[in-house]
Amino acid sequence: MKAKFLIPLILFVILVIFLAIGLNRDPHEVPSPLINKPAPAFDIPQLAQPNQTFNPASMKGKVWILNVWASWCVACREEHPVLVELAKSQIAPVIGLDYKDRREDAMAMLAKQGNPYTLSAFDGNGRVGIDYGVYGVPETYVIDQAGIIRFKHIGPLTIDLLNQKIYPLIRELQKS
Amino acid sequence: MKQIFLITLCLLSFGLSQAKDAAPLVDDPVTEQRLINISEEMRCLVCQNESLAGSRSDLANDLREQIRILIKEGKTDEQIRSFMVERYGDFVLYRPPVKPITWLLWIGPFIILLIGIAGLFIFLRRRNAAANYIALSEEDNQRLDTLLNSNRQEKKGMQ
Repeated sequence: MKAKFLIPLILFVILVIFLAIGLNRDPHEVPSPLINKPAPAFDIPQLAQPNQTFNPASMKGKVWILNVWASWCVACREEHPVLVELAKSQIAPVIGLDYKDRREDAMAMLAKQGNPYTLSAFDGNGRVGIDYGVYGVPETYVIDQAGIIRFKHIGPLTIDLLNQKIYPLIRELQKS
Repeated sequence: MKQIFLITLCLLSFGLSQAKDAAPLVDDPVTEQRLINISEEMRCLVCQNESLAGSRSDLANDLREQIRILIKEGKTDEQIRSFMVERYGDFVLYRPPVKPITWLLWIGPFIILLIGIAGLFIFLRRRNAAANYIALSEEDNQRLDTLLNSNRQEKKGMQ
């Protein structure tokens, strides 16, 4: 009989647990529908050499990282040293996608802070960004040998994230 | 002097009104109406509590422009919606589609309602059952009869 009076308390505790979980989740991290789907194709000019284009099909057979960035994006500047670390590890090629930017601003930023990218593609009007579901730069994708997107991160990369998730994932993918 | 001042003021204000970027021209009201209908049902991903139609963020502008292009290409509303969902997920839709992962979302409230109704039903049944089972003994019945009879006689006497 006494247990009956505990029911509201138990229900309340369950509610509090749900709310606590909800409060601690970042609503900006929307799960991408592109995971385990082929990376959308594009063929756009490169940042440094406007007369040459970059096409993701040319990366077939390699695990690679696509990092969407822009010189106007503050979080990208914060992320930049981490990308330099990532490039230094030489674990996989890092391709940049310069999103809705101006060439000279982007080049100036790379000249000043170092260039972690094997190359950057220049997406001046953001059309490629739409195909990749970009809504908040920086965003980072890990793409496997077959051109399938295996991982997406929204927001700046951190050293912890590299060590705990991205390096192990790339090693795992490279084995297969 | 005053005239020159007024003219300069006019010219300056003209310059000011030109300074703001012109909104994309509404060249085709039918397209614009469809654009509004579609984008009102979609969430802007940058400012999540605004619809794509109402948002002034850069991405929302680009996406509206993209939807305009798709409309001009002759795509149906359904094709445009799936274009957006393929890129941004079901999250862009304000009305989540009915599929296994959203079943709980759609049916959950009704399940809770059913549990509530069942609970109320059981509670009422139990209360009724408890009230019915006060059986009177033979003695009690006789006392009740005499009381009732005496009451009736009293009433008769009063008339």
